[in-house]
Amino acid sequence: MAEKIVVDARGSFCPGPLMELIARLKFAQVGDELEVLSTDKGSSADIPEWLNKVGHQILGTREEAGVFHIALKKMK
Amino acid sequence: MKILIVGGGMGGTILGNNLARRLAPELRSGKVQLTMLSASDKHMYQPGLLYLCLGRMTPDELYRDQASLLEPGIEFQVDPVETFELDTNRVKTKSGKTIGYDILVIATGSRAMPEMIPGLAENAETFYTEQSALKMFKRLQAFQGGRVVIAVGVPHKCPMAPLEITFMLHDYFKDRGIRDKVQLHYTYPIGRVHSLENVAKWATPEFDRLGITYETLFNMKEVDGKNQVLKSEEGTEAKYDLLITIPAHKGMEVIEKNGLGAGGFIPTDKAKLTMEKHPNVYVIGDTTNIPISKAGSTVHYQAETLGENIAAIVKLGAPVREHDGKVFCFIECGKDRATYAMFNYTTPPDPKPPTRAVHWFKVAYNKLYWASARGLL
Repeated sequence: MAEKIVVDARGSFCPGPLMELIARLKFAQVGDELEVLSTDKGSSADIPEWLNKVGHQILGTREEAGVFHIALKKMK
Repeated sequence: MKILIVGGGMGGTILGNNLARRLAPELRSGKVQLTMLSASDKHMYQPGLLYLCLGRMTPDELYRDQASLLEPGIEFQVDPVETFELDTNRVKTKSGKTIGYDILVIATGSRAMPEMIPGLAENAETFYTEQSALKMFKRLQAFQGGRVVIAVGVPHKCPMAPLEITFMLHDYFKDRGIRDKVQLHYTYPIGRVHSLENVAKWATPEFDRLGITYETLFNMKEVDGKNQVLKSEEGTEAKYDLLITIPAHKGMEVIEKNGLGAGGFIPTDKAKLTMEKHPNVYVIGDTTNIPISKAGSTVHYQAETLGENIAAIVKLGAPVREHDGKVFCFIECGKDRATYAMFNYTTPPDPKPPTRAVHWFKVAYNKLYWASARGLL
């Protein structure tokens, strides 16, 4: 299995974690697993909401030392 | 020491001039060689394309000869790199030359890729090249009314462009006396109208005030040109009479072909500006995968940090500072008002209400850019 793709968007104001994820997903393959790292609290809600809306699989979310980790699988 | 800059855009040019000044004695004595390889002998002021598509600038205002912008100490060659051999510290160029280096800087930029979305290139107008901006200008002139949809791909160069073109289109149609016949509909990929929260908080009531409708969480999936419908990944649709896009971008093909980074964006340390696993290779501007705006301002400040650090490596043996991620972006809010967003890795922006003074500063900067590229501003 391919190595998990880490989207390190800690401290990103512009374009921000969700935009970074959308951009990175474009260059990933269906079935790839990604993990977004974000220090923006809003993204911890926005990213799962968007993943559900578009249909990618959420593998898990957690907060560790002020960093939100959102793991997902590209489904389409 | 051999310093090689690949790319003659804004980043490469500011960096080259910065280094040529800092290292003037070393360049004169031959201790340092500074070479720039570029794909073109022309330098384009890319932000001018936003004005070109609205007839507010002309193509000749966008270009200068690249050689005329460079300090004499820089050996400039129009000979793009085709192969990066990072393990042996050399590159191979289109003309067949092999050029070695001690320090390599990659500043090759990014390119708009409307063809990534089915139907987009054929059916949408855009302004990210001279040719497309001129085509959009003519299409706008012929447009007499209807629904204009603005659609934004990710990632894209100049995060302010979606807002700027929308506000400027409002004034454009108002000046032509047909604003009441035009519905401006703005779409954006995330859950607010701009990635910067404070910019979104300011822009949303401006849209309401100007009668611009908007839809968020809208990522382009495909365009049905026959029925003039743009479909989103989120399952929604936007009917249009005129579709204007800020297309998704990729890094340059040579970066992808050499396997230096997914999508042509090179994994880069955001503080050191070094390429992952290659401490003598630096990456600046749109070419990096750093989660920061792809904008001229971004690379301007990166080039200044890197110029100081590379000069320090030559003179002191080590870099002297880490990059703080500073960005300063003008935001045109129509034909005669503007504001700005200034931020870095740790401090978000706090944009002020738009004024005529900031707009005229931006208009002045459109001319002053050439001094900026020369490293004088």
